[in-house]
Amino acid sequence: MNKLLTWIDERFPLIETWKAHLAEYYAPKNFNFWYYFGSLALLVLVIQILSGIFLTMHYKPDASLNDAGIPVAFASVEYIMREVPWGWLIRYIHSTGASFFFIVVYLHMFRALMYGSHRKPRELLWIIGMVIYLALMAEAFMGYLLPWGQMSFWGAQVIVNLFDAIPVIGPDLSVWIRGDYVIGDATLNRFFSFHVILLPLLLAGLVFVHIVALHKVGSNNPDGIEIKKNIDPKTGHAVDGIPFHPYYTVKDIVGTVVFLALFCAVIFFMPTLGGYFLEHNNFVPADPLKTPDHIAPVWYFTPFYSILRAVPPILGSQFPGVLLMGVSVVIFVFLPWLDRSKVKSIRYRGSLYKWALGIFAVNFILLGYLGVKPVSDLYQLLARIGTVIYFLFFILMPWYTKIDKTKPEPGRVTWNH
Amino acid sequence: MAKPPVEDSTRRRLVIATSAVGAVGAVAVAVPFVSSMSPSDRAKAAGAPVEVDISKLTPGTMTTVEWRGKPVWIMHRTAQMIDEVKKSAQSDVLADPESKASKQPAKLDAVTRSLKPEVFVAVGICTHLGCSPVKREASDPEMRGGGEGFYCPCHGSRFDLAARVFKGSPAPSNLEVPPHKYLSETTILIGEDETTA
Repeated sequence: MNKLLTWIDERFPLIETWKAHLAEYYAPKNFNFWYYFGSLALLVLVIQILSGIFLTMHYKPDASLNDAGIPVAFASVEYIMREVPWGWLIRYIHSTGASFFFIVVYLHMFRALMYGSHRKPRELLWIIGMVIYLALMAEAFMGYLLPWGQMSFWGAQVIVNLFDAIPVIGPDLSVWIRGDYVIGDATLNRFFSFHVILLPLLLAGLVFVHIVALHKVGSNNPDGIEIKKNIDPKTGHAVDGIPFHPYYTVKDIVGTVVFLALFCAVIFFMPTLGGYFLEHNNFVPADPLKTPDHIAPVWYFTPFYSILRAVPPILGSQFPGVLLMGVSVVIFVFLPWLDRSKVKSIRYRGSLYKWALGIFAVNFILLGYLGVKPVSDLYQLLARIGTVIYFLFFILMPWYTKIDKTKPEPGRVTWNH
Repeated sequence: MAKPPVEDSTRRRLVIATSAVGAVGAVAVAVPFVSSMSPSDRAKAAGAPVEVDISKLTPGTMTTVEWRGKPVWIMHRTAQMIDEVKKSAQSDVLADPESKASKQPAKLDAVTRSLKPEVFVAVGICTHLGCSPVKREASDPEMRGGGEGFYCPCHGSRFDLAARVFKGSPAPSNLEVPPHKYLSETTILIGEDETTA
């Protein structure tokens, strides 16, 4: 065995890589609950790729009607659910995985906002993370078209039509995206191609780059201080650091077990989660002639959808709403520079940032709730207020983070035995 | 031993020239791939006009047919509905009462947006983000007192019985009226009129 390892190591840096990224990657010793979600996101990515490979064996991206008058794509999903051995389980793993992916990623991002993980020197790490988030949104959106149900069809219709609102190039652009003048077979096939080839490859590459960037700058921690500033001269490692393996691999196994228990509970007892994970109307085949009485995107897009709906047309154009929705997603990229606080972690910040972040989180959930509801005067008003609050969090950040009264950061991470 | 500067500048020039030619090649290769995503010839050809028999369409009802993959409504308006259309055209509740910013054939009657007042044809796709609005009675709270008309379930746009959008709706213009003509008293051809035929 040792001989084999030596043989490999002379030709490939196996031991070196293992040490650099696991056995001798020193992470702060004070990680808490919030530090589970990075490794869980990786776990969900693996779950999605594995279950996706098996779904692709049976799924058919074909919008034409079969002998029974049902679209072939829709029928192939029902075939997976009813006739493929264990197909229902694999499909529910994949559909539940999509929602859990976003839950985990949103918590992972919230962690960064709490402990200042996006701030210098981790700006690029944060930006790569935001690109992963955008790729994930594209992946989820395109995947949602594949079952070719009513919500698949009309959701894609609305989102692709957003591009129509872009001045000058919009109409040609949306035709190019669809590959037809309406959402149809061409659209279904290209979305399938992007969903199973382009975006998974992109995601895998981006996750790799995300981890490389993380291991270059080192992990942040709940105190928001740099453990690399305090190196033990004898060992050459940070005094507050512990090797990722075995300490955090073991810790993450605990997180994985709890996560999988929740994951399985949803898969086995409430796979549609009351219409939030799989919308009821999507069990009806796509009908290009009839929009369902109420359509809404899946929950993870609804905060941004609320912002879109909150903006009235200006000069007969829907573009301002579309633009604002785009900005509401991309604006996260600028956070490392908007934040002017002397300290990173919420533990040493004053009450201003605590309130701002708390209000932002509650507001985000509220916007998400409004996004799944039909339009009404009251909800419209609330969505507009919510949209203003959403943007104030970012726009006022340079000011309130600067005047916020901070506490001094400790020299060493705080850690109870 | 310093390098002669001539060699340096030659090398830089060659690097720039090679990169430029490479970039042009990359763009040229991208053209067929990007173009392949445009509608195919088959998709472009699939726009044949649709013939609809309206002899069984009773007053007050409507039917939906598919034309170019989109729903097209044909509504048989009653005398009362036509009155309402005339009434809303004169009030100031409409965003585009004369359909100046809206797509429709030139030959239509300006007030009823139809060839014959009692037969109304429109593409049932909201000009906002492409959902298909649904017919609503005047009593429906979603119409907000605007009278009988159409309501888009996606973003709440409201339209009157000539598919003209009410002020305050997200939709920027009235629903499109497709080119159409009468082949006989009871048969309409959707997708073609005197100017396109």
